[in-house]
Amino acid sequence: MAQTDPNAVPLEIETLGRGTPLLFLHGGDYFLQNRPFFDRLARRRQVIIPRHPGFGGAARPDWFRTVGDIAYRYLDLLDERGLDETVVVGASFGGWVALEMAVRSPARIGRLVLIDSLGVKFSGREARDIADIHVLSADELVRHNFADPARFAPDYAKYSEPEMEAVAADRAAAVLYGWRPYMHDPALVHWLHRIAAPTLVLWGAEDRVVAPDYGERLAAAIPGARFQRIAGAGHHPQIENPDAVAEAIEGFTAE
Amino acid sequence: MHVWHFSEMAYHPAWPHMGETYRVTVPNRLYDPQIGADLYHRYLDEWALCDELGINIMTNEHHATVTCADSVCTIPMAILARETKKVRLLALGMPIANRENPIRVAEEYSMLDVISRGRIEMGFVKGVPFEISPANSNPADLMERFWEAHDLILKAMTTHDGPFSWEGTHFHYRSVNIWPRPWQQPHPPVWMPVGSPGSAIEAAERGIVIGTLNTGWARTPGIFDAYRKKAAECGRSAKLHDLAYMALIGVGRTREEGWRRADQILDYSRTSGIVSPQFANPPGYVAPKLAASAIAGGLNTARATRLQTRDGKPINPRTVGVEDAIGAGLVFAGTPDDVWDQLKAFYDHVGGFGHLLMMGQGGHISHDDTVDNLTLFSQEVLPRLAELG
Repeated sequence: MAQTDPNAVPLEIETLGRGTPLLFLHGGDYFLQNRPFFDRLARRRQVIIPRHPGFGGAARPDWFRTVGDIAYRYLDLLDERGLDETVVVGASFGGWVALEMAVRSPARIGRLVLIDSLGVKFSGREARDIADIHVLSADELVRHNFADPARFAPDYAKYSEPEMEAVAADRAAAVLYGWRPYMHDPALVHWLHRIAAPTLVLWGAEDRVVAPDYGERLAAAIPGARFQRIAGAGHHPQIENPDAVAEAIEGFTAE
Repeated sequence: MHVWHFSEMAYHPAWPHMGETYRVTVPNRLYDPQIGADLYHRYLDEWALCDELGINIMTNEHHATVTCADSVCTIPMAILARETKKVRLLALGMPIANRENPIRVAEEYSMLDVISRGRIEMGFVKGVPFEISPANSNPADLMERFWEAHDLILKAMTTHDGPFSWEGTHFHYRSVNIWPRPWQQPHPPVWMPVGSPGSAIEAAERGIVIGTLNTGWARTPGIFDAYRKKAAECGRSAKLHDLAYMALIGVGRTREEGWRRADQILDYSRTSGIVSPQFANPPGYVAPKLAASAIAGGLNTARATRLQTRDGKPINPRTVGVEDAIGAGLVFAGTPDDVWDQLKAFYDHVGGFGHLLMMGQGGHISHDDTVDNLTLFSQEVLPRLAELG
């Protein structure tokens, strides 16, 4: 773990592997289950994984309370590390952060990869694009999130106390940033045209949090974006099918 | 000792149709407005009677639930502010972290205070976790919003020189200038319900009256002690009337009659916690350490072991009977002598308190039984409470 500029909002960052850097922005939950994906990606490149302020044990100043704040903090991070033309990968809630970065500073993003991203609202006021996961029972929740919950849903009985607290902190932080409007920024859909980076939209074919047709609409709204389904995966294809997601990213960034 | 009669105005006719939850998702087609109207009038009659009996009045509010049809605590108060003449009126209260507009809260309480000629006591409540979904309020910064709303409401009620500006984290007003101002000066007494020593400390720092609900024999002393200790640290000694305790009370001419009434009122305790787990633990509502055990599946276990009799026997609020509920200090029931003895023992056990929040109506207890319960209490128990201060 390295701390950046102590005068800035401190970031808790894990850096894995060597080579061309990739910034990975995590989702609102299930952070620990990303480990095999991180290791897989880090075989071929450097992976920079910040914990969003307020998530896990990461600090968050009182004034820092919107996804836009997170986006600006990571744009600062790109500057601090001299990361130009960087690949930014955002999953779920992290996809929303990546979108907010990309519409603010299109030139700072080299390539953009969105994995089952949240953040955008397409439908009318009485239709949900993003499932309200906070009204779901624990059983329904994992069935919305995973194509194969028996295999991929976390077994909390095996978690240590600090790990469980980090799960609770993640869920609270996602809610702090995304409770209302629910997991989206109403204006964001109108700024997607600003995204200049080549963009790949990856989607779990069995996502029940945000359905694949939402991903298709998102890809259609981003200039030149490509859409690709990941078979056998729900809302977190990088957890359920890390090889397929890593290969898709590697293929896209090698172009 | 001040006594307050409290009812949740339950819509119990729908209870036989309930499934896994009594809250949040129950469709309101199960509410018959004609039956509901009769119930509202009945509960209001019982409160109005309290003006003759010398028992003060307490309302509360909950949302999207069959356990409590009082969804706006100031509406019955508005009726009773005119219908009663003597007793004091406590709303415990207003979920100010879930209300979008604190200025409106200041206006409601000020109007009530003036109409009642200074008889309002104003409660500010955090709200139980299952209030989050109906209000769609953010659970992760709830208490921050609570205290900002509290500060703004009090400033609005105590500013008399024209508009002031408020640009806070959660609330923005460029011109706060409420009319009317309250009758009581500087403002009506402030109450908040607390369920832990931590929140008792926050109330003690601000001189707020605390009400403990359903904390019983085991948990109440720690809460009252924390309040007294913090008040002393702040340079004032806590008064008896800073502390309130809620109990379900069934009085009868015989012990059997008192217990029967208490058993019917206990349906409040048996139903009020029946809610789907996802609504009982919204993310951020409690600190990660507590929330962690709930995610891991321990919530129900943790809740269940919180209540116990004075002998340390854990009780399940969903199935508790009168005897165990008396043992746990949740219920005082029987003849007037029985009720006095139980109340006095509890009073001594917790180091005293100045307000008894008496749930004299709850669950299925009938109107006639409620009237008799309140009347007997006022005639046979209330006079003896004078010796408790």
